[in-house]
Amino acid sequence: MQIEIKNGRLIDPKNTVDRENTSLFIANGKIAGIGSAPAGFVADEVIDASGCIVCPGLIDLAARLNSIEAELAAAVAGGVTSVVVPPDADPPLDEPELADRLVHRGEEIGKARVLPLGALTLGLKGERLAELAGLKKAGCVAFSQASKPVIDTEALLRAMEYAATFGYAVWLQPQDHWLAKNGIAHEGEVASRLGLAGIPVAAETIAIATFVQLVRDTGCRLHLTRLSSAAGVALLKQAQAEGLPISFDVGIHHLLLTDNDIGYFNPHARFTPPLRTQGDREALSQAAAAGLAAICSDHTPVGADDKLLPFGEAKPGATGLELLLPLTLKWAEAAGVPLASALARITCDPAAVLGLDAGHLAEGAAADVCVFNPDSTWVVTPEALKSRGKNTPWQGYPLAGKVVATVVGGRRAY
Amino acid sequence: MHNPQLNSDGKLSHLLSIEGLPKAILTQILDTAASFMGVSSREVKKVPLLRGKSVFNLFFENSTRTRTTFEIAAKRLSADVINLDINKSSTAKGETLLDTIDNLCAMDANLFVVRHASSGAPYLIADHLRRIGRNDIHVVNAGDGRHAHPTQGLLDMYTIRHYKQDFTQLRVAIVGDILHSRVARSDIHALTTLGVPEVRAIGPETLLPKHLDKLGVQVFHDMEEGLKDCDVVIMLRLQNERMNGALLPSAGEYFRHYGLTPQKLALAKPDAIVMHPGPMNRGVEIHSAVADGPQAVILPQVTFGIAVRMAVMSIVAGNS
Repeated sequence: MQIEIKNGRLIDPKNTVDRENTSLFIANGKIAGIGSAPAGFVADEVIDASGCIVCPGLIDLAARLNSIEAELAAAVAGGVTSVVVPPDADPPLDEPELADRLVHRGEEIGKARVLPLGALTLGLKGERLAELAGLKKAGCVAFSQASKPVIDTEALLRAMEYAATFGYAVWLQPQDHWLAKNGIAHEGEVASRLGLAGIPVAAETIAIATFVQLVRDTGCRLHLTRLSSAAGVALLKQAQAEGLPISFDVGIHHLLLTDNDIGYFNPHARFTPPLRTQGDREALSQAAAAGLAAICSDHTPVGADDKLLPFGEAKPGATGLELLLPLTLKWAEAAGVPLASALARITCDPAAVLGLDAGHLAEGAAADVCVFNPDSTWVVTPEALKSRGKNTPWQGYPLAGKVVATVVGGRRAY
Repeated sequence: MHNPQLNSDGKLSHLLSIEGLPKAILTQILDTAASFMGVSSREVKKVPLLRGKSVFNLFFENSTRTRTTFEIAAKRLSADVINLDINKSSTAKGETLLDTIDNLCAMDANLFVVRHASSGAPYLIADHLRRIGRNDIHVVNAGDGRHAHPTQGLLDMYTIRHYKQDFTQLRVAIVGDILHSRVARSDIHALTTLGVPEVRAIGPETLLPKHLDKLGVQVFHDMEEGLKDCDVVIMLRLQNERMNGALLPSAGEYFRHYGLTPQKLALAKPDAIVMHPGPMNRGVEIHSAVADGPQAVILPQVTFGIAVRMAVMSIVAGNS
């Protein structure tokens, strides 16, 4: 299969390429040429990208695949060519065989690439280590507790020591179990007014302080997921300045919404960690704008019945795979972030977090490509989404940025 | 954002919270309640305003007092009253809150009185009714989680107006577990909306919500300082489960610091009134000498509550 994507504006943030009207040539699953066709190239398929942007396929650092076929179809419809799957599935991804099955199922479906995170501990209970090496061999890219805590600090220390032994990265969500366990919203003015149990910022900063110290002690490579507060960002900047091997990401909704968006108990504004204040949102936005944090969708499909409940009983999270690109564009416009830089947050930056040579379009790289029309506006409706998860605070909103083609490993996947 | 309590004419269609309601609507409710006060002393204690209408008391959380006063109020308005105590186990059987509502709509309900353990539950019901096009069915919040208990807030305002007439010269203290109290939140919004210049919250840091000052409230940790020269003292119930744990060491220590004794009450104005939403914990938040004393207006509150609930139900049902 040889594909030519022509007439598009090619943006490859990692290689600082931004060229109008440039053809991209794909052969044997790889980028075979940029601008001029390699010798003897005959296209089996030509994609006309006039008026469109051609960029690396998106890498989403968190997407739950409850119904895997629908969600992987949603991924490529959103321009996402690789999805990192957190281990908090049912059952949790804590055995090599489960990881193996997930990877193979993903290959069979042949849409986006599936990159599972293995459970750090059995059943995500935070007690006994899962078989990390076995999980790694089965295709897990790193190890995580998803949003489940390791309450026992000694167990966490040992897990990080063990992971460091093999050079594995550990992904943790910084939320102190005790301070977060009863809370459903940011502990602030909105929660006080609405009578919602609060989760203080200290739930995040205390967990970060613990993790940072354990990284100092173990040398474990750590990635922190879904930052929510300005104070958390400040701590992580210090840790990075110290030279510690720590990266972090932020969910796209935390760059666009605050606890004020809970409005009159809108269950679609319930997230883990919670949406916080305008000041927190701005600090997260600045961190993302500066390239300190990658952006992910934190795709969490939730059935209608699990959202049509009072705020505190509704399941947290929002659908995101098909919204990651348009919402990132929306954020970039609002925050004054250049387009190429915004695209880096969802392509090469997540690849760097994963330690993968991916998320760029150099010759010889895997041909994972997204073609989208930045000016094409669509309205978010249940019918417009391929994901089974129709749960989104953007219901009924018009968003700019529509994917017209997605190529994964040199194959047209959308 | 559209206030889900008001219909397109700006009239009260549901009573979900005091917050966001204009002063004129609060005053209308209090005035209407005053007009109903006479009904209770008649031989035939009924007016025909809700004749032929069905009021469903939907109590997802236990309550005897509030449910009873709503029932009496609905009956005095000549409504048919159906009491449903829906404990957790029946919803755990698989029927969701909104399934229950759909079923009751099919039984020609006209008004739902809802008590629920989760903050915001009545909003979900009101929003659902709007989406299914049932603007003829009304919701009255009878207490949702920690969020609001608007009819209690209104009956407290009725009581204050009855004894003090003018809201704009008052100093009102609310004492105790404000963090977990829907009554306190409704009182605060009602007091600030009606123009009370000084609303004080008194309690230990563990029982006060954060950023209370943003609601227009002055915070005091020292009860004696907080009660000084107050016209109205609203005591809140301390739930048993809060008494011995991380929030408070013991009921005894709480009473020593935040219990209302005759000595502490003496710091308020001599004609200050003492209110309590009930049920009271004597010896925990209030000394019996105060609860039974001349300044307590706790039983009149209950009586006024019936007239206030009649007013609320008749007003929302009249705005179909």
